[in-house]
Amino acid sequence: MSAPSKRMTHADLRPKLKDGMSIMFGGFLAVGTPLGIVQEILDAGIKDLTIIGNDTATPDIGIGRLIAARRVKKVIASHIGTNAETGRQMIAGEIEVELVPQGTLAERIRCGGSGLGGVLTPTGVGTIVEEGKTKLSFDGVEYLVERGLRADLAILKAHIADEKGNLVYRRAARNFNPLMALAADFVAVEADSIVAAGEIEPDLVMTPGVLVDALILSGEC
Amino acid sequence: MDAKKLIAARVAQELKDGDVVNLGIGLPTLIPDYLPTDVHITLQSENGFLGMGPLEGEPLPDLVNAGGKACGMVPGTAFFDSAMSFAIIRGGHVDATVLGGLQVDQEGNLANWMVPGKMIPGMGGAMDLVTGAKQVIVAMEHATKDGGAKILKRCELPLTAAGKVTAIATELAFFRFVDGQLVLTETAPGVSLDEIRAKTEADYVVSPECREMCLPA
Repeated sequence: MSAPSKRMTHADLRPKLKDGMSIMFGGFLAVGTPLGIVQEILDAGIKDLTIIGNDTATPDIGIGRLIAARRVKKVIASHIGTNAETGRQMIAGEIEVELVPQGTLAERIRCGGSGLGGVLTPTGVGTIVEEGKTKLSFDGVEYLVERGLRADLAILKAHIADEKGNLVYRRAARNFNPLMALAADFVAVEADSIVAAGEIEPDLVMTPGVLVDALILSGEC
Repeated sequence: MDAKKLIAARVAQELKDGDVVNLGIGLPTLIPDYLPTDVHITLQSENGFLGMGPLEGEPLPDLVNAGGKACGMVPGTAFFDSAMSFAIIRGGHVDATVLGGLQVDQEGNLANWMVPGKMIPGMGGAMDLVTGAKQVIVAMEHATKDGGAKILKRCELPLTAAGKVTAIATELAFFRFVDGQLVLTETAPGVSLDEIRAKTEADYVVSPECREMCLPA
């Protein structure tokens, strides 16, 4: 007996989308962000979201559209400077923004998905990033304790997926996607193409399929 | 030579053949144009690859630099995820990072990521880069637009990292941190020690070997 298919349409995601949920999104300035799933989230009308990812892109592209549409309650990101709307809402007190150094954000997500309580990093020592955090010192070097991060939903973009959910990313679109595949209760992937199991050379798989819950073909809106 | 080109040309002299280098957005991206022909460096882009090159011909999908702009790649490029990218950065595998600064001080502190109440874009990868790269070279204009000092006794703006800067290049001067002490090692052509003193708030010593920068024509 074969495992149940992970194939879905964008509309099949709708029951998973709820007010107040936390969503991790792959992408770096929208490169590696699943744009069709973002559209589905917009269409679903859900609000009070916590979004976790590298940056908030721009008001017109990628995850930035959720900010512009005022669906977001809290942002955890390393950079918001390319989306003036994020900064405006933050200064107006309409959204909460937690800025995290990019490498620390990557490790916090990796920890959240790897059964690790956190990571020790020298990044942020002696800056406002260390405020309120535990500091430990080993061999004369100070480290901050940074806790793991998880989300209800991860939305990822792959170039090629197979029917089992094995993923291959293209060029700079990989970024946070493989880390987030580990760190959410439900993992939805939008892929440029979906091939039969066995079509991807096993040595070239970048994210193992067991981590993926839903596979959606790009453009299948 | 205009200020930005002069700074880029001087910083290029700090880079050695084989170095792995991360260049910040803006002025630092001019540096590869000034490398001697026998110096080949590998550019790290924190969004996840080693081997960035100039854009040649039509842009390729999903190939952008850390500013989100289309770029090129050289033969032998490697792509990876953000955890690997920052393991490379934090783990001491990047020989040099060159980035701009709002303020630098005599303790080697750098502030370049926010101005409270005015500009809060976020630190992106800057805190990790300044913490982890072997050399941290700040490339910036010597003074603010209204003439205020940027090389200070103590940074007033929130820090990017504490005590990590190794060198400062401006259109007037080149400074190096030697055993925790800020040292003026070179002056730009036609610039006097008095002018540098007048435009620098930080305490520094003038190297006994201080000389004029040797720049390409």
